[in-house]
Amino acid sequence: MPDPRTTPLHSRHEHLGASFTDFGGWLMPVRYTSDLAEHHAVRSAAGLFDISHMAEFRVTGSVAPEYLDYALAGRLSALSEDQAKYSLVLGASGGIIDDVIVYRLGEQDFLVVANAGNRAAVATALEERAEGFDVQVDDITDSLALIAVQGPAARAILESVPALGGWSASLDDLRYYRMGHATFAADAETEVPIDVARTGYTGEDGFELFVPVSAAGALWDAILAAGEPHGLVPAGLAARDTLRLEAGMPLYGHELSLDRLPSQAGLGRVVALDKEDFVGAAALASVVDPSAPVLVGLVGDGRRAGRAGYAVVDGDTIVGEVTSGALSPTLGRPIAMAYVAPSSSEPGTELAIDVRGTRIPATVTALPFYRRKK
Amino acid sequence: MTDLDALKYTAEHEWVAVDGDVATIGITDFAAEKLGDVVFVDLPAVDSAVTAGQVCGEIESTKSVGELYAPLAGDVVAANEAVVDDPSIVNGDPFGDGWLIKVRVDAAAIEGLMDRAAYVAFTESAA
Repeated sequence: MPDPRTTPLHSRHEHLGASFTDFGGWLMPVRYTSDLAEHHAVRSAAGLFDISHMAEFRVTGSVAPEYLDYALAGRLSALSEDQAKYSLVLGASGGIIDDVIVYRLGEQDFLVVANAGNRAAVATALEERAEGFDVQVDDITDSLALIAVQGPAARAILESVPALGGWSASLDDLRYYRMGHATFAADAETEVPIDVARTGYTGEDGFELFVPVSAAGALWDAILAAGEPHGLVPAGLAARDTLRLEAGMPLYGHELSLDRLPSQAGLGRVVALDKEDFVGAAALASVVDPSAPVLVGLVGDGRRAGRAGYAVVDGDTIVGEVTSGALSPTLGRPIAMAYVAPSSSEPGTELAIDVRGTRIPATVTALPFYRRKK
Repeated sequence: MTDLDALKYTAEHEWVAVDGDVATIGITDFAAEKLGDVVFVDLPAVDSAVTAGQVCGEIESTKSVGELYAPLAGDVVAANEAVVDDPSIVNGDPFGDGWLIKVRVDAAAIEGLMDRAAYVAFTESAA
């Protein structure tokens, strides 16, 4: 196995005392101080995340919109400029190769952001599906760093970074799932363009900043400095996972996989079934097995959380399996996402999770577990 | 301040302090750091017997579950209720207030455990 790669910000994480883990082939900070402190900071102030491990593909060409409609699950051609959409890369069987966010940068210009662990699979899919389309697909992952600022103070923090300017629109006006543009004065002589998307994976307000690798360190430093008086802290993957779980957001490899159809994961609406033709269309056009397990939320009492792979039971009958679980730092109760038989999926259904031999009661609940106050 | 040199250690990153025939057991700072924020501890019941090398409890963090091994055989005479109520004490003071259980043991068995120098060398090679 090759050594994991490091992001352009690695030395900063080391300097901040981060503990690292191999995630999707990248050495990523899992925590800097405490998972819980970082989680709480994002909900109350803001957290700074290095997510440069994510894969980015630039798709250009006169038929780029039609190509993406074919290659992905959604109707990407309907995106207006600077609009973003959550979508799926489906296999021919209708199963999920990856979940992605697509940003339309121009008439014939799109950015597809995929999970680090699926970079090769997505690259292959995009390349294969380009056959017959006059489009260019470029893997630009290594030229970009991606920094996320997430939390109620995120906007105020970005507005207060002195070296960030030339905003295409005020952050006030930048709506959710829209892209804005700015310039960053990386040093006295250098100004680089950055794209700022109002997207995130925490359930809080926040922004994801695409920056050329050469200016990544300077941008990280600038945001951290400006954010300090606002309570901004660097946050790692551990906090990221409990935040997204509370927000009911799926994680590939847990809630999403080649063996799951979008409708099972509650993502049926992501698929534009009325498109002329797209990869996975034939499989999804046929009737879904009514007994196929569906994704639900489970909430328990006490402190013991179900973890991925634990059985979900109704009395002595196994009715499902946990895909992600943790003691929710915000709610103070164990939460989990699980696939269960449709007959057990009604909110309010009383089930239990087998936690290493002990049956811990859990109630089916609609997702998300946590919703931020607007 | 606990004298770390006076403690004995195990390969499962636990420390043992002996007073007469009562051994106090906890996890080391190395283990606590690897686990991250401890959110739940499951300790054996007082008066239950524990077997050397066997799992007798759990220490659960936000990200993972660590097993608590009994380093020595004996009878549990105390379990740290304060830690059960507030598991974060394990992270804050793993060698002191973060102790987990006290076990009545055969004092001679302590000699088989690692001393401080050996444990430090062990963690250096494990890191």
